[in-house]
Amino acid sequence: MYNHMVVDHVDQARVDQMFHALGDATRRDIMTRVIHVESSVSALARHYTMSFAAVQKHVAVLERASLVTKERRGREQIVRVNIDAVRRASVVLDQLESIWLHRMDRFGKILAEAAHPPRQHRTQQRLRKGDSA
Amino acid sequence: MTVTNVVKNPDALTMTVTSEFNATIERVWQMWANPRFLERWWGPPTHPATMVDHDLVPGGTVTYFMTGPEGEQYHGWWRVIAVIAPRSLEIEDGFADGDGVANPEMPITVMRMQLDELSGGRTRMIIETTFPSLEQMDQLVAMGMEEGLQAALGQMDALLVN
Repeated sequence: MYNHMVVDHVDQARVDQMFHALGDATRRDIMTRVIHVESSVSALARHYTMSFAAVQKHVAVLERASLVTKERRGREQIVRVNIDAVRRASVVLDQLESIWLHRMDRFGKILAEAAHPPRQHRTQQRLRKGDSA
Repeated sequence: MTVTNVVKNPDALTMTVTSEFNATIERVWQMWANPRFLERWWGPPTHPATMVDHDLVPGGTVTYFMTGPEGEQYHGWWRVIAVIAPRSLEIEDGFADGDGVANPEMPITVMRMQLDELSGGRTRMIIETTFPSLEQMDQLVAMGMEEGLQAALGQMDALLVN
């Protein structure tokens, strides 16, 4: 799903960088925290037992992969997800589309099946008719 | 293919799926009204749905859970806003905790379903899903990202092992 969101406009090197960046549980956790609301690096650091410097390094890896942006505001460094709102909305809608296409496929099959009983069922009916004849 | 049209509007946070079925409006309605039919198509084959409560009246609730391959259960609920059998249904669709109690912190979508009779005993179904806010969609992106990435990375691990 995340692939979908970014891959179509970027080259392979950037995809590699992105996978590397997200191939770490702490960095994935940072992403899921900042996707709702921006956060300072120090606020993020409070969620982890590791040092502030270690969290800062994780943020830097995400920044190099263009997954987040970092902006200095006073004494704080503010981390924000680097995906615009319409793009985020299309990711969810794409996923929802896939869910509903599969649902409609099953929906249609069940209706077709109920209208035309499966072959085995018809054979059994014929056999039963044959028995009584 | 039963789906004839899909319209996604990222600005309005809506998606509309139009389908046509070679079945009467009553039979298509039963796919929603009969819980035994509903549970055969709501969840994917890997996560079949089991309907617990199914009260299709205004203000009524539908509760269900989907069971994954490892036996893990995901609970969900609908709250019925409006229902006109056999023509239309409007519901809120949300997530629930493990005990089936609605989780108000998880995103809620609104779904409107409408059936129209076509000639030759065919029926058109239009389903419109709306997200109340971009914040709730963000929550889904975050959840999907976490799950999707874990799945993708799990597959990468499997490839590296093989």
